[in-house]
Amino acid sequence: MKTLHGNWKYFCWIGFVFVPGGDVFAAKIAELSNTQIGEQLVRFFSLRDPSVRYAIIASLLLGTCCGLLGSFIVVRKLALMGDTLSHAVLPGVALGFLWTMTKNPMAIFIGATIAGLVGTVVVHWIHTTTHIKEDSAMGLVLSGFYAIGICIFTMIQHLPTGNKAGLDKFMFGQAAALSTIDLIMIAVITTISTLLILLFYKEFLVTSFDYGFANSIGMPARFFHYLLMLLLAFSVVVALQAVGIVLVSAMLITPATTAYLLTDRMHRMLIYSSLFGMLAGVSGAFFSYLGNSLPTGPFMVVAASGLFTIALLFGNRHGIIPRWFRHADRTRRIQIENTLKAVYQIRERTQFKEDGVSLQQLGGQRNLPLVETAKEVKKLLKERYATIPKDKGGHFQQNLKLYLTPSGWENACRIVRNHRLWELYLTESAHYQPDHVHDDAEEIEHVLGEETVRQLERNLNFPIFDPHGKPIPSIIDLGESV
Amino acid sequence: MALVGDAISHSLLPGIAIVFLISNSRSTGLMVTGALGAGLVTVWLIEFIHKKTRVKPDAALGVTFTTLFSIGVILISVFADKVDLDLECVLYGEIGFIYFEDGKSIFGLEVPRPVIRMAGTLLFVTLLLVLFYKEMLVTSFDSGLATSLGIPTGWVYYGLMMVLSLVIVFSFESVGAIMVIAMLIMPSVTAALLSDRLPHILVMTVSFSSFYALSGLHLASWLNCSPAGAMVVSGFALFCMVWALSPRRGLILLGIKKYRHKKAEQFAREL
Repeated sequence: MKTLHGNWKYFCWIGFVFVPGGDVFAAKIAELSNTQIGEQLVRFFSLRDPSVRYAIIASLLLGTCCGLLGSFIVVRKLALMGDTLSHAVLPGVALGFLWTMTKNPMAIFIGATIAGLVGTVVVHWIHTTTHIKEDSAMGLVLSGFYAIGICIFTMIQHLPTGNKAGLDKFMFGQAAALSTIDLIMIAVITTISTLLILLFYKEFLVTSFDYGFANSIGMPARFFHYLLMLLLAFSVVVALQAVGIVLVSAMLITPATTAYLLTDRMHRMLIYSSLFGMLAGVSGAFFSYLGNSLPTGPFMVVAASGLFTIALLFGNRHGIIPRWFRHADRTRRIQIENTLKAVYQIRERTQFKEDGVSLQQLGGQRNLPLVETAKEVKKLLKERYATIPKDKGGHFQQNLKLYLTPSGWENACRIVRNHRLWELYLTESAHYQPDHVHDDAEEIEHVLGEETVRQLERNLNFPIFDPHGKPIPSIIDLGESV
Repeated sequence: MALVGDAISHSLLPGIAIVFLISNSRSTGLMVTGALGAGLVTVWLIEFIHKKTRVKPDAALGVTFTTLFSIGVILISVFADKVDLDLECVLYGEIGFIYFEDGKSIFGLEVPRPVIRMAGTLLFVTLLLVLFYKEMLVTSFDSGLATSLGIPTGWVYYGLMMVLSLVIVFSFESVGAIMVIAMLIMPSVTAALLSDRLPHILVMTVSFSSFYALSGLHLASWLNCSPAGAMVVSGFALFCMVWALSPRRGLILLGIKKYRHKKAEQFAREL
């Protein structure tokens, strides 16, 4: 095997700092890593160096463009279309190169776009004319086209005039080596994409979420599908120079997926996603600038993935940790409500003559060992739903009794009422057998809202007894306790 | 599921790089360990993101493999002086170099080590397939039925993924990370156009892959291009041919059918 160098030479460029007049810093890249990070931060963001300026502008533009288009392919479940496209453009890049025998950006751009579009059409065609699934079709086109590209490139390399740097440049990207014309192309594509998305926002939205509906209201859904694919091909091609073939799909889907975790509204998703794209792009450019000989693309992707991980863990609505907390909270509330209900049932057995409930009774009712029951009681005490009288020394009495506070009693009545109303509803309106309704009511009692309960009551004509003949605590009972 | 192979093939890179960094050797055992670990982490991450959040499986797959691949590239480029790992070789493979690797003598023939490794993998995979054919068949087509039959679907799934990682790591040397996906899905997709029976498909895939290898190498020496690329190109060409000519689902047949249908419709209208 050959050893690894050479490939990374280009990436050194991002490490160069061109301070006019041949400053000491311009001498060697290695010295850069010895300077302070703060100093480098200042240098990076003061935009003194033209290559850094280009890299930052390119990353900002690409972040916007990829974020906007990526949102649409993520909600269309076409996330891997970006990957397919980025691999499928390779033969176009190679042919564009062969056409002029120089790295003419325009020729490469045209070739790559055509190849990318042919790729998407072939995927669509395979998918519609055979029983092959879309992901397999993507895999076929991805690898087939990519292989054609590799073959042409290796043939070029073996030509006497072949420029060896041609292929490697496109693998991992080199944002700092972008030329002015590259930058102009990125800017043009970003502007076109943004404008088209703003203009046809409604159309893109409808075709993305409900293709059939879009067709039925006379929208040219297929046209918008291919327009999106065209924009996607454009952005993939211009992004190749900065992030590289393998990772351009990440710039499309990772910021968009991050945004998808944070919001349910498409317009917000577009905004978030382009912001994340910009952030990832700039921090990728910065990190690769920090060290020497580091490629831009992987750092952009890792930055984007970092944002994704944060959203995944801490996102307000869909994040794992907040959801875990919400779940724990709900479980706790259900436990408390079950205990309150148990107290109600115990008191009901004595026709509510006995106020206090002992720990043993409660444990028996809830079918829990004493230790667990004590834990449940502690929760009640903490929520001030119950009190346990203490003697003068501040100690609990010998055989302690639990007394519900007014708010505790109100909640207990509410739960029992929900439970019994639901049971009655199931037997009366849904014709369940009375012995089949308990388990269902056991679950629903915790989530019935006040409005639903009122409606149930009205529909059932303000009932007094549940299907098992037990009285349903009425609103008056609830009020009396307060 | 077709693109899980692609995902794994990309995310093996950090696994191999980390193993290299720690051990500084390129022994087969360590490489396999790194690959298996990376493969498992990939599959687990994809499942985790997809199951725990509302992210769709395709997006979860895309996010996972690009992240891991980037980490691999960063590791290799940061520790470039310590890692004697050729990124280009991992990406494209160099089957032409296999001949130059030190070999082992078998029956008087000098056989390069990678060939022995791949033969071993082939034997291993075939053995597993023969042993667990029924389980694989049922879990692939009806995981609900498989669960009800008492087949541990989770184990079968992770087992399949581990074998996949194993195969991919050994194929790095010959076809590279990106084109291994072609070798995984092209034969079976092409065969699926010709038959609906899994045994027939399995037999066909073997003959197709050998065809790719032979015609690819010839193509490569004729055009003077990358052998790995040429193999996949010949595979793609074969697919296109079958797609056009398949006696059951071919494009030409489809066209003829459509034409006849149109004619019949016209005829019906004239009547």
